[in-house]
Amino acid sequence: MAKTPESVYQEMLKGIWRDNPVFVQVLGMCPMLAVTNSAVNALAMGLATFFVLVGSSLLVSMMRKWIPKQVRISSYIIIIATFVTIIDYTLLALFPKIHKELGAFIPLITANCLILGRQEAFASRNSVRFAVMDAVGMAGGFLFALLALGGVREILGEGALFGVSLFGPNFEPWIIMILPPGGFLTLGLILLFFNWVTEKHKEAQMRLLQPAEERSS
Amino acid sequence: MTEPADQRPNSTNEAPPPVVMEPSSIRLISTLAIAGLVSGIAIVAIYEATLQTITENKARELREAVFKVLPGVSKMKKFQLEENGIRFRAEEGKDENTIYGGYNQQGEFVGYALPSAGPGFQDTIGILYGYIPESRKVVGMEILESRETPGLGDKIYKDLSFVSNFDNLSIDPEIVTIKKGMKSAANEVDAITGATISSKAVVRIINEGNERWINQLPTYGIPLPEEGSPE
Amino acid sequence: MSKRDPDLLLQSAPLLKQGLSVPTAMRDVLLALMPALFAGFWFFGLSAILVVAATILGAMATEWLFTPKQERAVALGDGSALLTGLLLGMTLPPALPLWMAWLGGVVAIGLGKTIWGGLGNNLFNPAIVGRAFLLGTFPIAMTTWHVAAGPDSFFQLHPSTLALPFMQSPPMDGMSAATPLGLMKFEQIDSPIFSLMFGNSSGSLGETSGVLLMVGGLYLLLRRALEWRIPLAIFISAGLFTLLLETIDPARFPGIHFTIFSGGMMLGAIYMATDPVTSPVTPKGAWIFGCGIGVLVVLIRNFGGLPEGILYAILLMNAATPLINRYTQPRVFGRSRS
Repeated sequence: MAKTPESVYQEMLKGIWRDNPVFVQVLGMCPMLAVTNSAVNALAMGLATFFVLVGSSLLVSMMRKWIPKQVRISSYIIIIATFVTIIDYTLLALFPKIHKELGAFIPLITANCLILGRQEAFASRNSVRFAVMDAVGMAGGFLFALLALGGVREILGEGALFGVSLFGPNFEPWIIMILPPGGFLTLGLILLFFNWVTEKHKEAQMRLLQPAEERSS
Repeated sequence: MTEPADQRPNSTNEAPPPVVMEPSSIRLISTLAIAGLVSGIAIVAIYEATLQTITENKARELREAVFKVLPGVSKMKKFQLEENGIRFRAEEGKDENTIYGGYNQQGEFVGYALPSAGPGFQDTIGILYGYIPESRKVVGMEILESRETPGLGDKIYKDLSFVSNFDNLSIDPEIVTIKKGMKSAANEVDAITGATISSKAVVRIINEGNERWINQLPTYGIPLPEEGSPE
Repeated sequence: MSKRDPDLLLQSAPLLKQGLSVPTAMRDVLLALMPALFAGFWFFGLSAILVVAATILGAMATEWLFTPKQERAVALGDGSALLTGLLLGMTLPPALPLWMAWLGGVVAIGLGKTIWGGLGNNLFNPAIVGRAFLLGTFPIAMTTWHVAAGPDSFFQLHPSTLALPFMQSPPMDGMSAATPLGLMKFEQIDSPIFSLMFGNSSGSLGETSGVLLMVGGLYLLLRRALEWRIPLAIFISAGLFTLLLETIDPARFPGIHFTIFSGGMMLGAIYMATDPVTSPVTPKGAWIFGCGIGVLVVLIRNFGGLPEGILYAILLMNAATPLINRYTQPRVFGRSRS
């Protein structure tokens, strides 16, 4: 495939929907389940991951010629951990409340397999432009998934979205939704829905491809 | 459905050249050393840049908590509890014997803000509570740290009618938890319906704090030093 | 949906037709539950009837929605969704808002059964999944109990029953009462054995009358529709464990009669733990399964944070069922142990 502007754009889009890191690849489950009890937390975690992923993809892609392959994983981890520390201190200084809510899960971004995975599988083998677009797409997809989960859980669990009450003061909160089981339940149901849509899509395509008499059997 | 999406646009990963030169160990070590060095510099830079804001945030948080648990207070001092009484704590930070004294606008001593912590339903609950030695009363309570169940246990700080139990609470003979709506004496606290364990934990933690601190505290803290003297 | 080839239909022995099919088995259980159910209606009034109706409706609607069109008549006709709804309803507080009860029915079938592949494939008892979900989601509404008012106030609806969906129920109307288990756990008050046995105490609407639940159990036993080893193992193990605790500290731990007759013990042991889908198939396995539940119940009740533990005890042992099945499989005749 030629490196046209369209293919760069494609690189970005695939992360958001077709190869969504959470809904399709099922990566990065730890922050996914742990911090999505409200939309604000999900947004903060999504943006932090976005920063780390795009930053390290950029750097890894730039350095890919110089890093010997024997020490590549350690080098990637150093790069990722540096970005994580930067975002950790920045959040602590600027948004201490959010930092307190996210707690240990900010340092744990370092261990998010999504990020290391992109470095190893993509950024270290592609030009800076592609690497950054891929990172933007993947991080965007991750952010989208976090927000979807955080939104659902906050709406049901607290009757609010981004802290804005939706149902008035008499709302009966679904407490399980802001507890860990709610994370598993919501993620499971979203995955169910995602697979169902994909299946339907595939079925429709198969039907178009198959000759008519096979279809009737 | 999820074929690897990674190798599509570029082909640098295909078929490695037949002869691969093993890089020398010096090259490996120096790569890591340089990466570590650059990373270290970046981390130190961000630490220095944010340190001031972070310290200020923490100090402000503490000051606000002290003002909240001691109504009418507009100035606070750190006290250090020692074997023969209390003294101002001049040094930075705090240890397990650090408490806080609150003074009003006129610079008169009002009461102490005492920290205490203990197990709650899920994890440690950290509490700061205001105590007036003259009347032997708790006048305010703030949860500094808790991981109680959202929607139930977290009412120990979200349910204002529970928090207001601690606005004027006698500590003699000790604070007791009772069923909601049955409060009749000055040393009783209405438990939260559905979160009895967390409510009882808060009361127990304050009682433990009282046991630890109160007999060692003079009734009238230390008079505030003259205006203009160094903090 | 692929059609099954009738020539390749595999069945385990015995191959004699006994007339014991899913619908008849379900009908037996439904019949056995009736005395306790009507006692619950008698004690708790119209609100209780509506709660049970709501759970059944939720369960049936979900079953209908997730069953392919051509199989709907069979799936709904076998009565398994009806039974799930009914069992769930019987474990709920009588004044639970109807929308919560309905949601419980939906979750019971949706998360407890359909998602596993339908009847026979679920790991956990669907009714208990529904109740566990409700207990985790609405802990306050699920632990707000009412006195067993009896037939005098039969037509008096509790205001919380008709709470709008997603909205809080109005404040309590002074009819609330702690359950015998709650009294025992938090205030060390024993309840009279008579009210424990006949259901004249506060609690879930279908679980208070132990004797009537036992009558139903006897009926099932006569119809040979009950794996009797499981309830027996539960009662024996829970009883022995209670006896042990009672001898250690009689002031703190309740007696055997209390363990057996309070809370959801009877309903859980006879009707939920014995669900053929989620309990072990071998006799030895049934004994292990029952003993596990009995010990867990007493542990949770006496040392846990909750007053009642039968629900989680059964769920935990449900999860252990495949393992129990594997280790208690009888040796194939003529083969050595391997």
